[in-house]
Amino acid sequence: MVSPVVAPLAVGPDPDRAGGRSPSWLGPRPDGLPRPSAAVTGTAHDPDARGYYGSFGGRWLPEALVVAVDEVADAYAKARLDPVFLTELDRLAETYAGRPSPLTDAERLTAQVGGARIVLKREDLNHTGSHKINNVLGQALLTRRMGKTRVIAETGAGQHGVATATAAALLGLDCTIYMGRVDTERQALNVARMRLLGAEVVAVDSGSATLKDAINEAFRDWVTNVDHTYYLFGTVGGPHPFPLIVRDFQRIIGLEARAQTLALTGRLPDAVAACVGGGSNAIGIFHAFLDDPGVRLLGLEAGGDGIETGRHASTITGGTVGVLHGARSFLLQDEDGQIRESHSISAGLDYPGVGPEHAHLAEVGRAEFRSVTDREAMDAMALLARTEGIIPAIESAHAVAGAVDLARELGPDGLVLVNVSGRGDKDMETAMRWFGLGDPSTAEAQVADRTSTEGGVAVDGR
Amino acid sequence: MTATDTGATARGTGDRLAELFTATRGAGRAALVGYLPAGYPTAERSARAYAALLDSGCDLVEVGVPYSDPVIDGPVIQAASDTARGNGFRLSDLFGLVEGIAARGGRAVVMTYINPVLSYGMDRFARDLAAAGGLGVITPDLIVDEADEWLAAADRHGIDPIFLVAPASSAERIARTAQHTRGFLYAASTMGVTGARDQVSSAAPELVTRCRALTDLPIGVGLGVRTGAQAAEIARFADAVIVGSAFTSMAGAGDAAEADAALAGLAAELADGVRIAAAAAAPSAGSAVGDRS
Repeated sequence: MVSPVVAPLAVGPDPDRAGGRSPSWLGPRPDGLPRPSAAVTGTAHDPDARGYYGSFGGRWLPEALVVAVDEVADAYAKARLDPVFLTELDRLAETYAGRPSPLTDAERLTAQVGGARIVLKREDLNHTGSHKINNVLGQALLTRRMGKTRVIAETGAGQHGVATATAAALLGLDCTIYMGRVDTERQALNVARMRLLGAEVVAVDSGSATLKDAINEAFRDWVTNVDHTYYLFGTVGGPHPFPLIVRDFQRIIGLEARAQTLALTGRLPDAVAACVGGGSNAIGIFHAFLDDPGVRLLGLEAGGDGIETGRHASTITGGTVGVLHGARSFLLQDEDGQIRESHSISAGLDYPGVGPEHAHLAEVGRAEFRSVTDREAMDAMALLARTEGIIPAIESAHAVAGAVDLARELGPDGLVLVNVSGRGDKDMETAMRWFGLGDPSTAEAQVADRTSTEGGVAVDGR
Repeated sequence: MTATDTGATARGTGDRLAELFTATRGAGRAALVGYLPAGYPTAERSARAYAALLDSGCDLVEVGVPYSDPVIDGPVIQAASDTARGNGFRLSDLFGLVEGIAARGGRAVVMTYINPVLSYGMDRFARDLAAAGGLGVITPDLIVDEADEWLAAADRHGIDPIFLVAPASSAERIARTAQHTRGFLYAASTMGVTGARDQVSSAAPELVTRCRALTDLPIGVGLGVRTGAQAAEIARFADAVIVGSAFTSMAGAGDAAEADAALAGLAAELADGVRIAAAAAAPSAGSAVGDRS
């Protein structure tokens, strides 16, 4: 169904635009890489009918929202099998978002670390600068299909908010983004981007004024405006079916990366590393390897000042089981079941919950989760910048840090695939403060001071 | 899952909510239910505030558990919850407050988001609440689909599980929710969050009418009531009028004596309201329309 407010883009391929030839986004790609449509049609790891992955997930939400999530589930169940929807998803992924994203052989990083070969999946090169665009294009198309005229979303670092505002502009949807006041201040650039894209940005002052409170406020909006509004959830959390939908739209990361790694190296990686806040980029790259028992799946959680300090966002490695934002999963809570504030230098990982499928993968031992401190992540940010010329988002730097440690553990025969989920442009203010980059005449010395020798940045000899 | 009765049960404290609605229906009026967050603004003032509500016309109080992430509450209750927690409220304090209300002959149910109950232990929560004299628990973010363990715990200890239905709920969902509810069914009168409103939503009478066709449970209506006239309007079609945000706004204002006076004044006005309606329209079966806004 096409919403009447949508004019600019036709649903499905337009033969006239393709000049009578078969559009390039139809049929198999010449390079053999999969398209996003291949990622959403169902897997052997889908949740049960009640939305559970093992004992995690479900629908822990107010009755007022049951009809809304039922409607989303029904619409998605149809859309994921509808050639018109899938073709449009593939077309936008290729001609708008820039898929497939490349795989980079990180030769200088590998040499610097002196361990396993490290290859990088480059989601930072997507339009809007992160993996978030994969999910929002899918859900925005679903929104239009459902006849809704408005999307709302939460955002932490602002990447999901920017991506949502982008998709809303593209498809002619009204857009409101909820963002914790604290995050609007540390990610001011992304606030400006969202506003330039035509979205309304609401700074949320309640609670800890961060991502979890932005989600609360978005739920409140949805309860009130559900008749014409779609809640475009940004991560693999929330009530069923959101963990399924978001995961499916992110699965393309792993499908591409698996094929690209095989093509580049002739083998599967020994391990796949990704950062985990809510967990959407991680589940996206993990999923294609779930049935490859020789491939370790390593999720890197935000350790903040260190788990032992209590100031962290390591939900699986440092949390307990409970219910938050619609799903049963691991979360950070006190002994009364009150949600604890998380802490991370990375706004995108600063969240006290985690997607239920990750909780399940941890419980059954299929994935392992480690904690990376702020300092380790910032070291890795500088390391990747100086060895590969890639400034990663601070979120993604957590994955790099974990991958570097694992590469050393595996030794030179190993192969580690890292998801660089986003680029670091948005984080330059934080980086300037952390590394003391404000004064060009002193920047170099201060980067050396602020990175630990283990990180290997300043000892590179340049 | 064990709870299947749709009306009063013959066991445990569940009798006392059934008795209340039998009495109010007999008197041809709606019950008045007052909500306040526990420990707001302080532990000592909180106990006084519940007493003021009960002494001034509330038939039942809802003791709200202040929660870090109250997704269906508006700004008034969010802020009050933060204040109560900031002033040291702990979940263990809940049972003492309920015990104090029960000791002076008052009826209390607890309103809580589900994670504190999960954390405390569902069976332990129901047991300790029953021991304190609490009658039931309203769970705004728990749907019956996920409630097997909670229903079993509540049933074991004679606690009435009270669920919400919303204007968007299908007939099938209302029926299934009512099947597992005891005490009264909580009808959220708008699709929005809690908060006092100038006008009663037109969705409320429609929702109550739909519920009546599916259950004999008393029906409480909440979300937005702050005047006697609004209470009277709701009392024409509901068995209970639930008032939350309006009381909460008063409970934190001024000193304790001023707050008590304000709470008593509003409770008395609302209590008149639920009786005026009876005189005007003599409701037949009961329903409770709630606004804990």
